[in-house]
Amino acid sequence: MTATATSGLNSIPALLAQNVAQHGAKAAYREKEFGIWQSWTWAEAAAEIDALAAGFLTLGANVGDHIAITGRNRPALYWAMVAAQKAGCVPVPLYADAAAEEIAYALDHCGARFVVAGDQEQVDKIADIRDQLHVLDHIVYLDGRGLRKYDHSHMTSYADLQKAGRESGQMDEIEKRSAALGPDDKCVMLYTSGTTGRPKGVVLSNRNVIETSKNSAEFDHLKAGDEVLAYLPMAWVGDFIFSIGQAMWTGFCVNCPESPDTMQTDLREIGPTYFFAPPRVFEMQLTNVMIRMEDAGRFKKWLFHKYMAIGREIGPKILDGKPVTGMERLQYRLADWLVIGPLKNTLGLSRVRVGYTAGEAIGPEIFDFYRALGINLKQLYGQTEATVFITQQPDGEVRSDTVGVPSPGVELKIAENGEVFYRSPGVFVEYYKNAESTASTKDAEGWVATGDAGFIEEGTGHLRIIDRAKDVGKMASGALFAPKYVENKLKFYPDILEAVVFGADREYCTAFINIDLTAVGNWAERNNIAYSSYQELSQHPRVLDTIQAHVAEVNKSVAADEMLAGCQIHRFLVLHKELDADDGEMTRTRKVRRRIVEEKFADLIDALYGGKSEIYTETEVTYEDGRKGKITATLAIRDAAVETAGKVAAE
Amino acid sequence: MKDTVEPYTTPDGRTIGGVLMDMRNITLRFGGVEAIKDISLNIREGEIRAIIGPNGAGKSSMLNVISGFYNPQEGEVWFRGEKRPPMKPYQVARLGIARTFQNIALFEGMTVLDNVMTGRLTHMKSNMLAQAIWRGKAEQEEVANREVVEKIIDFLEIQAIRKTPVGRLPYGLKKRVELARALAAEPKLLLLDEPMAGMNVEEKEDMSRFILDVNDEFGTTIALIEHDMGVVMDLSDRVVVMDYGRKIGDGTPDEVRNNEQVIDAYLGVAHD
Repeated sequence: MTATATSGLNSIPALLAQNVAQHGAKAAYREKEFGIWQSWTWAEAAAEIDALAAGFLTLGANVGDHIAITGRNRPALYWAMVAAQKAGCVPVPLYADAAAEEIAYALDHCGARFVVAGDQEQVDKIADIRDQLHVLDHIVYLDGRGLRKYDHSHMTSYADLQKAGRESGQMDEIEKRSAALGPDDKCVMLYTSGTTGRPKGVVLSNRNVIETSKNSAEFDHLKAGDEVLAYLPMAWVGDFIFSIGQAMWTGFCVNCPESPDTMQTDLREIGPTYFFAPPRVFEMQLTNVMIRMEDAGRFKKWLFHKYMAIGREIGPKILDGKPVTGMERLQYRLADWLVIGPLKNTLGLSRVRVGYTAGEAIGPEIFDFYRALGINLKQLYGQTEATVFITQQPDGEVRSDTVGVPSPGVELKIAENGEVFYRSPGVFVEYYKNAESTASTKDAEGWVATGDAGFIEEGTGHLRIIDRAKDVGKMASGALFAPKYVENKLKFYPDILEAVVFGADREYCTAFINIDLTAVGNWAERNNIAYSSYQELSQHPRVLDTIQAHVAEVNKSVAADEMLAGCQIHRFLVLHKELDADDGEMTRTRKVRRRIVEEKFADLIDALYGGKSEIYTETEVTYEDGRKGKITATLAIRDAAVETAGKVAAE
Repeated sequence: MKDTVEPYTTPDGRTIGGVLMDMRNITLRFGGVEAIKDISLNIREGEIRAIIGPNGAGKSSMLNVISGFYNPQEGEVWFRGEKRPPMKPYQVARLGIARTFQNIALFEGMTVLDNVMTGRLTHMKSNMLAQAIWRGKAEQEEVANREVVEKIIDFLEIQAIRKTPVGRLPYGLKKRVELARALAAEPKLLLLDEPMAGMNVEEKEDMSRFILDVNDEFGTTIALIEHDMGVVMDLSDRVVVMDYGRKIGDGTPDEVRNNEQVIDAYLGVAHD
């Protein structure tokens, strides 16, 4: 499309070379290790990458080979991706917390000859499945702890491989291979998390990644000097675009936390200027703040609530550039000095210029909270097949109920059944070894089905998403059934972690609810409610009362929308266990697998529609180490207040 | 029981060297009570050595003799080929013997980092005044010590609680911090007194992994007391069994498991 804009910069290695030339001495990567932030400049990072790329050649990597990468976010693993590209290979990042068989499937499907693994945990997983993988040749590991005694005939440490690479004198071959990379060559292959069926390998070209990175960086004025914290799974397309695509395009610095547990502290130390988080991270932060405020002294509480109220009123106005009076500005300044500033600092968000959330709908009060703090938090809508961006919210047009306007270069159309289609320079090349799925997702003109149902709001041009297109159904009465819409409303309550609504082809809707242990546990503690397990707490009558009240409130708001009034929840139960990816009930990105939940808990659904007031159930659970166990529980089923106004009027 | 002191390699590839600590005919009395009765046992370089036995068998007393907290009335303690005269615990610590305690003994008000730093005390050479002024050598020393400590924090995966006061931590983590402090001394011999007492299964598994990793990565010789037989049999190279202050068995886990006297002691056969 805009070949001139990216002329000569047809690959990530080409962007890297440009960054070395322009920002050679600036920090490119940082990682906290041994309690100190270690940093690498662009020039240093490039040298590390070259050494590893040459190392891959010494192992016999051929042009077009797949190199899988798995582990937590670390600079060395990002380098491995670029090194793979420099060696003419295609990086395939995998989810670090995936189970062995999921990794086996991906490795087998892509035919990876080499794997770069973060540590012993990852190596062990691959060792378990090695017999099934005939093409797998060599494992390169980063952290050698615990691996000394392993058979090293097909295993090398990252540092040793770099050393071998430096000594090999293969730099000419590396330069030749990376210079040959064109805009249509594969840049990366990412496995989709697979809410349905087997994961699919989405192939993105250099053009996809670079065009998208360029457009999105310009949209938000990202530049060298910005800071991001790389803490989301490397196998997720968003992280690839933020931490590699945009970082390489703009030359900003990627910071890796010390360990997943220290993310909050590290966030605070780095103070990123560009921050991305799924709604659950913001939810968790807000829940923590609220819990701590509950425990604070009376004066502090008063101060917090008074000035947050001012923030809520004036903060968003200032962000959106709307007129504010001098008095209001003064008040906000005071609030900022007393409450908002220190709070932002504690959360590590003092310097955030652009913040994004995506993946799931975000609750309005969470959204408003961050906007009140003066954080430019926006929503975007995207998917792997689009190289992330489909729509995003421009500065000054931020709302919690839309996902924004089409990103630069993206065209949208809405099909008859409400499904959203898009076409853009970021549209993926193909699903690897799956022509059938490619054809059914992407038509000849390049339009891609998102699988989501939505509509474009008149006047503003913003896209609003209702639900997954395949989940939008009809109830027995013919009324529209949009479970996600209702579930999201439920999940906006801090007490509710997850909700699954049923009702397709039924007379009325019912729901499963997961309580949030942090929020409800804290509430229980403050109210002197003793409990010994998640299960016991989930069935406590007072917890059920609270949830019942939440459901009634949601029903009231659902009833307000004429089209969706049929989706009110008549009966519900609180589940005795958290839905979990290890049990297959959720994807690794924590999206509910509706079908599996329906099958697994069929007895509970029958009970919901069978009019019982409680049900005894046995559930199989999988522990983290793969062992299985069984939990039994008797769950209470409750009726919720339903708004009948609409019905009466209809009659 | 293996009497050879030839170095050998274990099935999992670790090298067990010569005798590091040799306890010869130790007898320890408290007034008229004989806590340890004429026990000899050795600990070889690089091995994980367990001491087991019913309550009151004298296990902790044995550990306290090794660590210099008690001086036995009879017998000799040989460490690294030299006979050790009666010593104070801090002197023993300087020899390269560190320990953890059955009841956690950390500084509750101090952070994890500061607690672990105290483990470096035996490696601090500069005097108190220099440390107070904190210039030159004292500063360099602190930096070097901090580096060692940070490696241990990384090793035991306690980065997230580095700045947390110990008093706020759950029990399982406190045990891990105590292990970190002991490791900070870079001991030749590490004594663990019931490292897994009161832990749940997951915490025990974590702790077992750390013990094996410490032994493997740092080559630290480990002597431990533990009640969980599954753990002991899985972890250790050799096991000493004590009962009423006597040694009733010594050998590999398999040998000990089939030892008649040991079975009696654990099943509770009446003593004449």
